[in-house]
Amino acid sequence: MDKTAQGEAHHIVSKYDEELQTLTSHVLRMGGLAESLLSQAVETVVRRDSAMAMQVIERDHQIDELETEIEAECTRLLALRQPMAVDLRAILTASKLAGDIERIGDYAKNLAKRSLALTQSAPVGAVHGIPRLAAMVQDMINEVLDAYANRDADKAVAVWRRDAAVDQLYDSLFRELLTYMMEDARTITSCTHLMFMAKNIERIGDHATNMAEMIHFLITGTYLDGDRPRGDDSSIYSAADGIDAAGEGTGKP
Amino acid sequence: MNFTPISTATERSAPLELGQLDERVSIRNLDFYYGENRALKDVSLPLYRNKATAFIGPSGCGKSTLLRVLNRMYDLYPAQRATGEVVFDGENILLGKQDLNLLRSRIGMVFQKPTPFPMSIYENIAFGIRLYERLPRSELDTRVESVLRRAALWDEVKDKLASNGLSLSGGQQQRLCIARTVALQPEVILLDEPCSALDPISTAKVEELIDELKADYTIVIVTHNMQQAARVSDFTAFMYLGQLIEFGETEQIFTAPRDERTQDYITGRFG
Repeated sequence: MDKTAQGEAHHIVSKYDEELQTLTSHVLRMGGLAESLLSQAVETVVRRDSAMAMQVIERDHQIDELETEIEAECTRLLALRQPMAVDLRAILTASKLAGDIERIGDYAKNLAKRSLALTQSAPVGAVHGIPRLAAMVQDMINEVLDAYANRDADKAVAVWRRDAAVDQLYDSLFRELLTYMMEDARTITSCTHLMFMAKNIERIGDHATNMAEMIHFLITGTYLDGDRPRGDDSSIYSAADGIDAAGEGTGKP
Repeated sequence: MNFTPISTATERSAPLELGQLDERVSIRNLDFYYGENRALKDVSLPLYRNKATAFIGPSGCGKSTLLRVLNRMYDLYPAQRATGEVVFDGENILLGKQDLNLLRSRIGMVFQKPTPFPMSIYENIAFGIRLYERLPRSELDTRVESVLRRAALWDEVKDKLASNGLSLSGGQQQRLCIARTVALQPEVILLDEPCSALDPISTAKVEELIDELKADYTIVIVTHNMQQAARVSDFTAFMYLGQLIEFGETEQIFTAPRDERTQDYITGRFG
């Protein structure tokens, strides 16, 4: 018998198939919107473009509306279809993904908002770290949505593993910004904004990792084992710690 | 302010430790024939003590046939026979030398259509007891009451024990049949689509009853209604074309079945 786009047999009640298909496509549309919003937000930081920043802030509304719609669809399907097995997992996953994507949209919006503040101060060299960090995370989102569309568990696991690299890059950007601030107090305002931005992007990476976990659960019915891979040690560094010439923490005051 | 958590994570959903479970009935390499037609093919599965096991599958898969092997109902029909083992209390009950009446009092059965005897409610219960035990009237009264309480029927019938069993509603009749089965103090109770003729509220009452009966009896239930199997059972066996396709904890079968055929059936993809 021929299969759906997700590689499953068709339901005898075809309307049920259509409803699940619609749900998947709504989540993918929401994900695509968030991807493009993040890309635009990073542009506003690099190009110091206030008008574009305002557009990003406005467009986040669309993502929020989609989340509400998807939640309503999921509730309806749970009540009316009594879903089992893969269908149940698909509906739970759609609901969780919508939540994660909505947060990604919010962080992208926050990036744009902060870029407005950043344009008030003189440009800072450290700003180059932001698009670098963002590119890693944008790629994760792209891959994870792909994994969802094609029900590709291996791809989901690959994304899940990349969170460690994001955390490490965030970590080094954090220390770089500390160095800038210590060398020149006039950069403190800008660098503080950049720190928050970097943190936002790192959180987006976490949400993409959440999504990867959920998609793996959808496909296999099992949870990814072990702790999420971590690489972020920035919380244990402080300005009082000695920083040697290479910019590495010495661990001593 | 005191705060006591309701349960720890380990208490809340400890997975059933299969090693700790006792196999009340062991089905091994069971074949069943209607004449030349092999209706059950090499079926092996455990029925665990004080758990409810559901048999599910599309029409003609052999689930009712399997159920009826467990108390040798097929003995009533000459062209039907079973080979293999059904081990209950260390003995293979398929072997000829069984006392079938005794077996059927230890492994009781409730059918799809309620089948109360055309007698009073009291007699419905007492009739079976009298076949096996000699009880003075007062003890019989006590037993009848206790069994009707067990079946959550006592309050509804205590003032009309002398009225005919057939005067009860469908749901009440079915609970009367369950009470009648329980009166013989069986060890295993077989239920063949016990709720398919009942309305939702009667169904819920029977399901509640099954939940309570698990404490003392081993339950096996055949049902077309997957949601019911999901609600009521601890273990589920999915059958298709006379074979056991998958057996496992109900939670696992309905959230992440291992076999694609199981998943296709429970999600309504069976063509």
